[in-house]
Amino acid sequence: MTREDRIHEELRELAAKQVALGEVRGVPAADPVNVPMIRHWLAAMGDANPVYLDQGLAPPAMAQVWTMQGLRTGARGRSPVDDMMTALDAGGYTGVVATNCEQTYHRYVRVGERLTAATRFTDLAGPKRTALGVGYFATWNITWYVEDDEPVAEMLFRVLKFRPAERPAERPAEPSPEPSRREPYPLRPATNQDTAFFWEGTKRGELRIQSCADCGELRHPPGPLCPRCRSADRTHTLATGTGTLYSYVVHHHPPVPGREAPFVVGVVELPEGVRIVGNVVDCPIEEVTIGMPLRVTYRSMDDRLVLPMWTPGEA
Amino acid sequence: MRTLTAHEVTTGTALPPSSVELTPTMVISTALATMDFTPVHHDTALARAQGSKDIFLNILTTMGLVERYVTDWAGPAAVIGGINVRLGVPAYAGDRLSFEGTVVSDADGRFTVEVRGRVSLGDHATGTVTLTLPAGRAG
Repeated sequence: MTREDRIHEELRELAAKQVALGEVRGVPAADPVNVPMIRHWLAAMGDANPVYLDQGLAPPAMAQVWTMQGLRTGARGRSPVDDMMTALDAGGYTGVVATNCEQTYHRYVRVGERLTAATRFTDLAGPKRTALGVGYFATWNITWYVEDDEPVAEMLFRVLKFRPAERPAERPAEPSPEPSRREPYPLRPATNQDTAFFWEGTKRGELRIQSCADCGELRHPPGPLCPRCRSADRTHTLATGTGTLYSYVVHHHPPVPGREAPFVVGVVELPEGVRIVGNVVDCPIEEVTIGMPLRVTYRSMDDRLVLPMWTPGEA
Repeated sequence: MRTLTAHEVTTGTALPPSSVELTPTMVISTALATMDFTPVHHDTALARAQGSKDIFLNILTTMGLVERYVTDWAGPAAVIGGINVRLGVPAYAGDRLSFEGTVVSDADGRFTVEVRGRVSLGDHATGTVTLTLPAGRAG
């Protein structure tokens, strides 16, 4: 059993345990439904609907606000979701993005009523490949009750917990002769001491492949050790910039910041003997085929980032 | 503010488009009004260090703005029964959130409106809002 299989098994077991816990009651809201918080919320939202303050009702979309922890720490019981999130973090799925929020309101709550949230963990699905990285979709339901145990609102909430495919690196401000006018591309590649040479290369229009300085073995993506002779001495060689499409996917959903779907993500086999991931561009999606000859092209995404992409080439 | 009556609305009715300027003040004041103190909603430097372009709207606010978009059109006596939202790209400070909507079902005064909220990067929130409208008088 690989380490990945073990992580998956542990996550599945924990998910089953959390589901079996059923509905777990939280502590009652710090404050009952009240006019100052409603007034503040309406002003911030720019909502001029007079019905709430006229009739002493809370806007239904405020349901979750009443039981938010705010800046108070330790003011909330542990919910079945917390352990699941902790385990996903520990498994390397540290990224989080919410994907669905579905609220049902049985009735509008009134000023003076105090809400209590109860949470049920309902599902863990994955691992799945997504545009953000490999991850799990975690789903839970919250029901809000008023004092006499009457459910007044419910919510289904789903998040994607993912392994960030790329980590934006902290980098020193680069001296720029002119103020930048281009909108920065929102996704940054992971740049560290193992990968910096690659991104320096793309800026110069070079496709650099890491090679072992001792045995000459090529490797991509770059890493600290040679997988053949375990030498930590490395250098790089220049690829010719041709390749063939080994495999690909067409990305439709979810949306990716800075990109317009659908787009093609390909695995390109280089004649040098390594494979590299990149977008296939300048080609109608229906004409993309496995085995097609490709040629590298360098696309400037903003003032600092050049990405290698692949266009149809001559056979 | 007048409320629409069930007689005035039918499947296919389009809501007037509307948009919200996402100033930093808007992003921060709504995050705090929804009791959400997560730093990515008010601390620009921290949001950028985590790979975001800027601070961005929190989900409780997205829900509130979808609700407001529908009640601005339907009027104060409309009763919202539910809001289902699929979340897309982040709505960053400095952007504009533009809503459009269409009534997609209509049964005995209970309506479903399909809503789409877009920012410059694409769809921020798409989904449905269910509501009931007063019957009003025919004719």
